[in-house]
Amino acid sequence: MSVLIYIELDNGSIKKTSLETVAYGAKVAAQTGGQAIVLAIGKSHSDELEKAGDFGAEKVLHASDEKLSHENSMAYADILVQAAESTQSKIIILPKSGLGDAMAARAAAKLKAGIVSGVTALPETEGGFQVTRSIFTGKAFSTVEIKSDIKILVVKKNAIELDESSVGTVKATVETFSPQLRDADFQATVVEVEKASGEVSLTEAQVIVSGGRGMKGPENWQPLVDLANALGAATGCSKPVSDLDWRPHHEHIGQTGIKVAPNLYIACGISGAIQHLAGVNGSKCIVVINKDPEAPFFKAADYGIVGDVFEILPKLTEAAKAIK
Amino acid sequence: MKILVCITNVPDTTSKITFTDNDTRLNKNGVQFIIGPYDDYALARGVELKEQTGGTLTVLHVGEADAEPQIRKALAIGADDAIRVNAEPLDSYFTAVQIANIARQENYDLILMGRESIDYNSGVVHGLVAEMLGISSYSPVMKLDTSGNTVTIAREIDGGKEILTANLPLVLGCQEPIAEWKIPNMRGIMTARTKPLKVVEPVSVEEMTEPQHYSLPAPKGACKMIPASEAGTLIRLLQTEAKVL
Ligand SMILES: Cc1cc2nc3c(=O)[nH]c(=O)nc-3n(C[C@H](O)[C@H](O)[C@H](O)COP(=O)(O)OP(=O)(O)OC[C@H]3O[C@@H](n4cnc5c(N)ncnc54)[C@H](O)[C@@H]3O)c2cc1C
Ligand SMILES: Nc1ncnc2c1ncn2[C@@H]1O[C@H](COP(=O)(O)O)[C@@H](O)[C@H]1O
Repeated sequence: MSVLIYIELDNGSIKKTSLETVAYGAKVAAQTGGQAIVLAIGKSHSDELEKAGDFGAEKVLHASDEKLSHENSMAYADILVQAAESTQSKIIILPKSGLGDAMAARAAAKLKAGIVSGVTALPETEGGFQVTRSIFTGKAFSTVEIKSDIKILVVKKNAIELDESSVGTVKATVETFSPQLRDADFQATVVEVEKASGEVSLTEAQVIVSGGRGMKGPENWQPLVDLANALGAATGCSKPVSDLDWRPHHEHIGQTGIKVAPNLYIACGISGAIQHLAGVNGSKCIVVINKDPEAPFFKAADYGIVGDVFEILPKLTEAAKAIK
Repeated sequence: MKILVCITNVPDTTSKITFTDNDTRLNKNGVQFIIGPYDDYALARGVELKEQTGGTLTVLHVGEADAEPQIRKALAIGADDAIRVNAEPLDSYFTAVQIANIARQENYDLILMGRESIDYNSGVVHGLVAEMLGISSYSPVMKLDTSGNTVTIAREIDGGKEILTANLPLVLGCQEPIAEWKIPNMRGIMTARTKPLKVVEPVSVEEMTEPQHYSLPAPKGACKMIPASEAGTLIRLLQTEAKVL
C-alpha cells in the first residue's frame, strides 16, 4: 500500500514547504509499511525532481502539459486521483496552501475519502489512524480518527523537522505520468497574472521582517527592507499598513491575510493584536521591537527589544551583515 | 441571479478558547459567536450582486439552533431567506454533503463561501461542495464581477494575484477586499424577524472522521528582553541560541 505525496513547484523547483511534505509522507509510508510516491505537476527536470529521494521518496510521477501551466485545482485534482488509483494509494498527503486545500477537497469528494486539513504532526497509526490538526487559527488543536478507507491529509509547515543530513545521497526514480485531461476542467480563461518577481515569497520564507503602523509611513520602509535583505528575508506587514496602501495587500499577515510559519519572524512597530498573532503563531521564533513595553506582542515573543524601530533596525542590519 | 451564501457560526476572533467534558467539547461559556469574518465578506458581496442583478439570496448554515441570532443578522444584512441544516458540523465532508444536497435541489447560479472557517480553518468545504455538484470552484477570491453568465474573478495566488473569467454556476471562497462588511440597519433588523428561516434535518453520511479530543498549545516561555543599546547582540543570539539564522 503506497502513500501518494503531492508536491508544489515554483519555476520548476520543488518548494521548500513541499520537501517537508515529502519527508512527512515518507515517514507515514514507513509507519504503514508502504512506498512513498510523489506526484509533481508542471514543468520541471528529472535532476530537480530526483531530489525528492533525499527526503525518502522512492518514485516521482511527473505530469507536464502546456495546459497545466496555470494553477488549476480542478485539473490537478483529477490528476491526483488518477495517480492515486494507478499507484493504489490509500493515503494522500498534500502541503497546506490554497492549491493544496482545493486539490485535497476535490479529490476527497471524488474518492469518498475522509479529509483533514491543517495537520501539525505525524499520525498515530497503532490501532487506528489518528491525526492532530491546528484549529481556531492556532489557538488549539484537535485530534481526530480518520475512519474512511482512503485518507487525505493536508499538512502544515513545520509539522516535521526537516533532516537534511542525507541531501544529495539518494535519487528518486522519475517517471512521466500522462493523465487524461478533461475539457470541463479548463473552462476558465486566465486573463492576467500579476506576480511579484524576484522577491522571497512569504509562505516559503524562512525569515520574515514585518512592519506595522509604528513604521509611521511608506517612506520609512527602507531600514526594514535593508534588514530583510541582509537576512535574505521576505517582508510582511500588519493589516492597517496594507489598508492604508503603505504596502501591497499580498504582504498583509494575520487572520484575514496570509498565515506564515517561518523559522524567524521579526515584528517592527506592530502591537500584536490577536488577529495579527493568528497569522504568525506557527513561527518557530518571534522577535518583537516596540517602543511600548506593554505591547501585547511581547507576550507571544521569544526575544524583545523595547525601543524606537528607527534606531534599532540599522543596528540589527549592521550586525546581520557582519555574520554573513 | 440566484445566490447561496454559506455561513459559519464561530467564536469571535478575540475569544479565549477552552474546552470542557474532558477536553471533548468547546466551552461556549462567555464566548461571543459571530458570522465567520470571511463568510461576512461573501455575504456583503452577495447582497450587492443580488441588488445589481435583481436576484435572490439565500443564506445556509449547517449547525445547531444557537446559530439563529447570526442567521437573523444575515437576513438583516439583506438575505431574502435562510436555511439551517440541523446538525453539529464536526467534519468537512459531512458539512459539504449537506450543502451540496440543498444546492442540488435549488440550482443556484453562484454559491459564495468564506475562504476558510475560523474555527476549523480547513479551507476545503468549497472544493468539496463544488466537486459534489460537478462544477468549478475558486478561492481565495478578492474581486468578483458578473456580466450575464460570465464572471470575472481576481484571486490570490502565492505572491500575487490572477485574474480570470469563468462561467456560472460556480462556488467561490471569498476574502477581502471583495466588499466592505455590512452592518444591519434598523429596517433590516425589523424585516429580518419575519423573513423565512427553514430548518431541515441532515441527510445521512458515512462517518469519515471522528473527533477524539482537543488540546491547547504549551504555554510560551518568557520573552528574553535585550536592551536597546545592545540591539546588535540579538543577531548572535538568534544564530547561536535560537539557531534560526
Ligand atoms: C475581524 C478582524 C480581522 C483582522 N485581521 C487582521 C489581520 O489579518 N492582520 C492584522 O495585522 N490585523 C488584523 N486586524 C486588525 C488588528 O485588530 C489590529 O488593529 C492591527 O493588527 C494593528 O496593527 P498595528 O500593530 O500595525 O498598529 P497599531 O495597533 O497602531 O500598533 C502600532 C504599534 O507600533 C508601536 N510603535 C509606534 N511607534 C513606534 C516606534 N517608533 N518604534 C517602535 N514601535 C513603535 C506602538 O507602540 C504600537 O504597539 C483585524 C481586525 C479585525 C476586527
Ligand atoms: N457549518 C457550515 N455551514 C455553512 N457553511 C459552512 C459551514 N462550514 C463551512 N462552511 C463554508 O465553507 C467555508 C470554508 O470552510 P472550511 O472548509 O471549514 O474552512 C466557510 O467560510 C463557509 O462559507
